[in-house]
Amino acid sequence: MQRQSRDLFDASTIPNDLAPIATVLSGMLPGDWRSLRPLIDRLKCVKCGLCWLYCPVQCVIEKPRWFDFDLAVCKGCGVCAQECPHRAISMVEETGR
Amino acid sequence: MTIAADATSPTANRPGSVVCEGNEAAAIGVGLARPDVVAVYPITPQSSLVEHLSQMIADGRLKASLMNVEGEHAVLCGLQGVALAGGRTFTATCGPGIAFMFEPYVRTPGLRLPMVAALVTRDLLSPQCVWGGQQDAMVVREAGWIQMYCETVQEILDTTVMAYKIAEHRDVMLPVNVCHDGNYLSFGVTRVELPEQEAVDEFLGPPATNWHIALDPLRPMGVDPLTGGAGGVGPRSFVRYRKGQCRGMQNALRVIREVHAAWGELSGRYHAPLVEEYRLDDADYALVTIGSMTGAAKDAVDLARDSGEAVGLIKIKTLRPFPLQAMACALAKVNRIGVVDRSVSFGWNCGPVYQETLGALYHCGKSIPALSFIGGLAGADITVEHFARAIALTCEAQFSRAPREPVWLNEND
Repeated sequence: MQRQSRDLFDASTIPNDLAPIATVLSGMLPGDWRSLRPLIDRLKCVKCGLCWLYCPVQCVIEKPRWFDFDLAVCKGCGVCAQECPHRAISMVEETGR
Repeated sequence: MTIAADATSPTANRPGSVVCEGNEAAAIGVGLARPDVVAVYPITPQSSLVEHLSQMIADGRLKASLMNVEGEHAVLCGLQGVALAGGRTFTATCGPGIAFMFEPYVRTPGLRLPMVAALVTRDLLSPQCVWGGQQDAMVVREAGWIQMYCETVQEILDTTVMAYKIAEHRDVMLPVNVCHDGNYLSFGVTRVELPEQEAVDEFLGPPATNWHIALDPLRPMGVDPLTGGAGGVGPRSFVRYRKGQCRGMQNALRVIREVHAAWGELSGRYHAPLVEEYRLDDADYALVTIGSMTGAAKDAVDLARDSGEAVGLIKIKTLRPFPLQAMACALAKVNRIGVVDRSVSFGWNCGPVYQETLGALYHCGKSIPALSFIGGLAGADITVEHFARAIALTCEAQFSRAPREPVWLNEND
């Protein structure tokens, strides 16, 4: 998974052993700690939108003929796979790191 | 008689000296430091300090915002925000109040916020008790705050002003508790010399509380992110911060001395910054005291000296950070000690200052007779007669490696 972070301001004059502060912005997106990834079967998806409604982190993205997932945001909870009436979503183990 | 020129200062229209209680002296000291925000919740025996500050603000003699909050926990949480936004702060509490404040209290030194808080020391419950004792301050002595214990009403005012300079020193950046004994100092009334507002302004300079950690849109930062874990960068960073905190405490020993010396030059009043030695140079044995009990103890030492006893006294002003070097230096001069505590170490069956003194003795390489006296609990007076008894017992003390029972001074009053 790709880590995106950037310095918020020049903090080089602040001693690094004084107060605990974070001066680098990290999105801390849930995708960083996912253990299962949703996989969509495009042929089964009918775009009913139930996964879009149920997703607790709003990571479902609309494509022309199916729904897909923003994997930087998806935390792998599997609610979409559980709720999909057409069994178009399966959860597979995340091995990509 | 001189009148302060600035009509908006806490000492405006007051002569160069006043007669007041310790809590009012603390309030005057706070006013002179011109905090931006004062947050308080009243609790005996601190309440009149809050009342004096409220009056000062209502009269326009102190231009600070007064936050009346629902409890001590909110007091300190609110003030952390003020300090993070760059403001100078003040609060005061004691006893059950500091117990309720404990969660943000232990967090403040780690955030390196240079706050000043008066601790009007009070014995802890139970038994139910609203009177003086130092148990509250002793319980929190490992929380990471600097602790200075005052002996006189004048010293409360002076130390309160000095506390801001110590806390905000760039080599320190730690919160300070100015401790004064409930009842004996909080309500004890004496003459107090008032410093000039202009002199204090120059002494302290503008507040510098958030150059290192801030709530500031121009310097957006995460305050207190999660730091730790089983290994690697998390716990390594934690160690770095803890070491930095310990270094700040050790730096404070130097800064406290420097600030007391500078205050002496400004005011003419030189208070012992860390440890005071009283009639110690030719002493054979000594009492160790802390706080307002020291006055009666010095009288008892004088009386014993009059009858030929070679007794002296060591007073601890700064307990945190522990003034190891100054204490070892003082202890090196005597062959027997009796330590008088106004609180209890339940774990060691003695007084806490006694336990700390034994630690300092190790660093002098000395094994000498040492007695623990516990007195003044729950408001009890430790009189000259009590100290005379402590002096007599210390004089006769024999060395023993076996743990000793403390001597409870007020047990048979």
